[in-house]
Amino acid sequence: MSFYGVELASRVMLGTARYPSPAVLADAIKASKAEVVTVSLRRESGGERAGQSFWSLVRELGVRVLPNTAGCHTVKEAVTTAHMARELFDTTWIKLEVIGESDTLQPDVFGLVEAARILSDDGFEVFPYTTEDLVVADRLVEAGCRVLMPWGAPIGSARGLNNVYGLKSLRAHFPDIPLVVDAGLGVPSHAAAAMELGYDAVLLNTAVAEAGDPAAMARAFALAVEAGRTAYLAQPLEPRDMAAPSTPVIGKAALGD
Amino acid sequence: MRVFLNDDAHDVAPGTLAAALESLGFGGRKIATAVNGRFVAATARAATKLAEGDRIEVVAPMQGG
Repeated sequence: MSFYGVELASRVMLGTARYPSPAVLADAIKASKAEVVTVSLRRESGGERAGQSFWSLVRELGVRVLPNTAGCHTVKEAVTTAHMARELFDTTWIKLEVIGESDTLQPDVFGLVEAARILSDDGFEVFPYTTEDLVVADRLVEAGCRVLMPWGAPIGSARGLNNVYGLKSLRAHFPDIPLVVDAGLGVPSHAAAAMELGYDAVLLNTAVAEAGDPAAMARAFALAVEAGRTAYLAQPLEPRDMAAPSTPVIGKAALGD
Repeated sequence: MRVFLNDDAHDVAPGTLAAALESLGFGGRKIATAVNGRFVAATARAATKLAEGDRIEVVAPMQGG
């Protein structure tokens, strides 16, 4: 699997927020086998060192970072944040979030497409946090995106895949674009389900960070993603309405009256 | 000269963004900056003159999802 020409072995991408401690975060990243972690940027005063120590931790873990524009509600905010992130993290990758609605944190897909175009034209490699809408996806690809990250469900909701049909359609329409289910996963079976649909990877955070044992949950997600991917490649059965006997009936002993 | 850094008012000597950041304790730190909503690259800080009332944003790496 590759994103913008970068080959990755792991199909799990992990967020770094909401862990009980930096040590637990480090353990969870290792257990997930993630090679890419998402990071963000926030104001820091002259006396604070939190950001500097967090950055040291990420550097020590040797993982690639995908900075986000979380919390941005306008194109201008998102574009400026992306520029700051490119310099701060020394990467052209950006997880582009333009939030349109506060209760669901649903992407503002109009602003998203506009910001994606501006940033792609400026040399960024954009990972747009989007919905499963096919037309929006088309516009994002036209704007230069070579990865799409539709939500499974609202961020942090743990609801899993709200619209399996929509996600399947997206996979079918974009066979050559890496697709990542980003957000809303709650338990490993949700991740397995996404992978069984043929998705290339999953991105999750809260489900691991706020589990009772984040490292164990990270490992469970890694196993589920591997299982789901293997199942997809093994070409699973299509569901059917009626029973189909698994035991052959030919040659069955005639024992009736 | 009064400027605002992450919304807090500070009195700094008239001069550049680089000098103001140094005087406010950001020297050598891993940060990114904007002035009045516009990104200012690290390489441009020494050539960016501040004016009275300018709004400086300073951000650092943070955990994110």
